[in-house]
Amino acid sequence: MNNLVILGAGTAGTMMANHMNHHLKNPEWQIIIIDEREEHHYQPGYLFLPFDTYTPEDIVKTIEEFIPKEVKLIRQQISRIIPSQNEVQLATGHLIPYDILIIATGTKIAPEEIPGMGGSEWHKSIFDFYSFEGALALRNKLREWEGGRMLVHITEMPIKCPVAPLEFAFLADDYFKRKKMRDKVQITFVTPLDGAFTKPKATAAFEHLLEEKNIAIESDFAIEQVDNDRHCIIDYGGREIPFDLLVTVPTNKGDSLIERSGMGDDLNYVPTHKATLQSKNHENVFVIGDATDLPSSKAGSVAHFEAEILTENIMRYVHGEPLKEDFDGHANCFIETGEGKALLIDFNYTHEPVEGSFPFPGVGPLRLLKETRMNHMGKLAFRWIYWNVLLKGTHIPFVSARMSEAGKQFE
Amino acid sequence: MEQMIAGKNITVNEEGYLKDFSQWDENIGEALAAQANIILTPRHWEVLKYLQKEQQNQVALSIRRIGKSGVVDIKEFYQLFPIAPLKTATKIAGIPKPASCI
Repeated sequence: MNNLVILGAGTAGTMMANHMNHHLKNPEWQIIIIDEREEHHYQPGYLFLPFDTYTPEDIVKTIEEFIPKEVKLIRQQISRIIPSQNEVQLATGHLIPYDILIIATGTKIAPEEIPGMGGSEWHKSIFDFYSFEGALALRNKLREWEGGRMLVHITEMPIKCPVAPLEFAFLADDYFKRKKMRDKVQITFVTPLDGAFTKPKATAAFEHLLEEKNIAIESDFAIEQVDNDRHCIIDYGGREIPFDLLVTVPTNKGDSLIERSGMGDDLNYVPTHKATLQSKNHENVFVIGDATDLPSSKAGSVAHFEAEILTENIMRYVHGEPLKEDFDGHANCFIETGEGKALLIDFNYTHEPVEGSFPFPGVGPLRLLKETRMNHMGKLAFRWIYWNVLLKGTHIPFVSARMSEAGKQFE
Repeated sequence: MEQMIAGKNITVNEEGYLKDFSQWDENIGEALAAQANIILTPRHWEVLKYLQKEQQNQVALSIRRIGKSGVVDIKEFYQLFPIAPLKTATKIAGIPKPASCI
């Protein structure tokens, strides 16, 4: 019998467990998925938790209920991967051999990378919203906060869901308006980039929205440290920005398992072939989702598109056929802009987000790079799609893994 | 678009980055530095040559990687190129503005 082992039962790992279970059957193949956690979180929900839009119950389910019963779920900590022996070692010392390995261990925040960030003010006046604990602590803080200077801050790129900090700023504006205290809050968006986003057309659209919502922007800010006593962030050039409430996205790093296994780059991401998703160093190791070093977004939609292509490539690998260089970096993201509206962007490695209609060219019903209520409905509906369609590895009708250029206004 | 830099006609993009590194020479570097109010010292040149070498090897440039390069630490990088150092230094070096992955 052959073993296919998946590390990590988050969005990407769970989708792969479902996909592979349809293709690789017992008794020839045994599929094993390893994750020490009990809970599966709907991570896009972390954005809504601080504003009391979602409750913890909306975004937490068990890992178990999304893993097919034919797949063996091992709930243990992983010590390291030993690629030279094709084995995974558990914290108990137990060795699990694999014929094919899928790494889906994601990315985590690392506040310890910046002096002072994880210090005495952590979860008192300095918060993240990229972890369940951080988002919940921030919710409790916002419920009682009386106003002042709020910074929405990105430490360094790349980060998971690069649009989430912008969404946070937009939703904060809306939240304080609803609480009739917007005049008591100054919101500033602080970024290491030279503008609100990384791609020109989307940047122009976002900067217009920031201005409209009276949110200031401080760009080119490469943070060196957080001064907990003086309540300010300081960059390498000596620029200081004071805060009463710092909402930061700390440095994102791949799982420490990757470092322990000696398989990552300086941020613990696994070097991965960007079109096939095969690891660059071991031909029977494949990588998906946030764990890769690909120049694509770290986002659930990307993992979803990758999963369809990776499934095909693993089957080709099993049959000894050449892999298909099919992944184009496709990402598709709803961006909440507050007041019941949202934007939608659709892009890949080579095509930046532009205006147009989606998924039906010229028809929609969703509009690309334009604020609409229908887009917001799409974002809210997405939670249902996530739990009921996406994790099960079901193809979403009309949305292909490769990006479509139809219905878009490229110049 | 074409721009006259250090007496030569150079092709640059809308942000002023050279489109063709073969058009770059040290005089162009000096002229681009002057536009950014920087006078290049031997230390600047060490960093610029390092950036050009990394670019040739197709290494993605980031502040973090430069800080760990052993060539210059981030603090000194900021002293040499005080405003948005990575963007400024790559422009002077005649190489593309580093793309931030998204």
